[in-house]
Amino acid sequence: MAVDLFYFLVFPGLLFAGITGGFLSWFDRKITARVQFRKGPPLLQPFYDFFKLLLVKETILPKHGSPLIFLIAPIFSVFGATMAGVFILLPLFNITTGFRGDLLVIFYLLTIPSFSYIIGSLASANPLAAVGGSREMKLILSYELTFLLVIAGVIMKCGQQFDLNSIIGTQQAASPFIGSVSGVLLFIVAIFCIQAKLALVPFDMPEAEAEITEGIFIEYSGAPYALIKLTKYIMLFVLPSLLAAILLGGFRFDGINILWSILKVPGIVLLLTLIRNTNPRIRIKQAVRFFMIWMNLIAVIAIVLIAFGY
Amino acid sequence: MGFKSYCFKKSLWVFHFGGASCNNCDIEILDCLTPRHDLERFGILLVGSIRHADVLLVNGSINKRDKERLLEVYHQAPKPVLVVAIGACGCTGGIFAEGITFAGPVDKIIPVDAYIPGCPPKPEAIIAGIVKLVNK
Repeated sequence: MAVDLFYFLVFPGLLFAGITGGFLSWFDRKITARVQFRKGPPLLQPFYDFFKLLLVKETILPKHGSPLIFLIAPIFSVFGATMAGVFILLPLFNITTGFRGDLLVIFYLLTIPSFSYIIGSLASANPLAAVGGSREMKLILSYELTFLLVIAGVIMKCGQQFDLNSIIGTQQAASPFIGSVSGVLLFIVAIFCIQAKLALVPFDMPEAEAEITEGIFIEYSGAPYALIKLTKYIMLFVLPSLLAAILLGGFRFDGINILWSILKVPGIVLLLTLIRNTNPRIRIKQAVRFFMIWMNLIAVIAIVLIAFGY
Repeated sequence: MGFKSYCFKKSLWVFHFGGASCNNCDIEILDCLTPRHDLERFGILLVGSIRHADVLLVNGSINKRDKERLLEVYHQAPKPVLVVAIGACGCTGGIFAEGITFAGPVDKIIPVDAYIPGCPPKPEAIIAGIVKLVNK
């Protein structure tokens, strides 16, 4: 019990994932600044933002909405992101627990933040938040099937094993899955899914800040917005870690491999940031078409290639 | 200086309220956020929603219709919020001070923390004003 609480609150969970995600968020903003020939924010900037929102600012509740649900939604989103982080990071750090069958549980836990954003935005009774919530719903509908196909491909590739421990073990015994044709295709599809899950720029229509002024988060202020920021930091660490686990062979902690393990997650974040900085925001219709036709097609081709052993 | 106020002054998020402006001050404010001046190195970001704002930048002359909107925006902001009046029109009324639709400079409507005069003020002047405000 105490060990489980330690897992959830301190080591792979809330504290560790939050701090690492904060530094990755700084990395993301710094790379954005360097791409635009700016200097960029200082190292501790995400933590200043978080503590300012948590400790200093006033929380304003919506007058016409449902204040209780409005306040509960950010707590649920932090919970979902942290639980997904625990289940992803425990196998990555070679800590075995009694729990098996992780990958589908992780898939469902990773959708909890998006659903809580929708619930919170609709509870705020703001028309722009409602527009953002409806866009987030359409975005979930478009990318979830693709993400499930990626996971199905990974499960087929390691011989119908569902838990993350044996997926990482299979890759470390032979070679990482990205070393094959189907692995490269799955990696491309998974990068775009993560981009949409994190709501980064080509797919940021739920929170388009110039168009519907932060959309789903428009009514949040103070401590609830700090929790949403914390969820964003944790997701920015957890989703690249999942990708590193299922396609790039996980982390290894012997000799020079420590360096490659540490570089995997910032490398994926760098890729996401570069995609974000070189693309415009697309319309929701284009996003649905992109995932439903093209990404699903690539994922299905990858699965067929896996079935033939490539 | 406590931890809270340190975090607050390291992460000021700015909301821009343009009154009946001639758009010169708006252009200079946007200039501060460009790569040449880059206010993000001080942690200053432009936000879209007043609920996320820590600083309310007001420029332009405030006429009778703007006054209601300005009061509404000020009451919707989560406290503590700092108000900065930018440009001659925001500080005193400028050439509009005797117009029939003029409803007073910004400090007659809401409390103002810093004045940045100029028609329009240079981006360097705006940055200097913000730095003086956070070190007050």
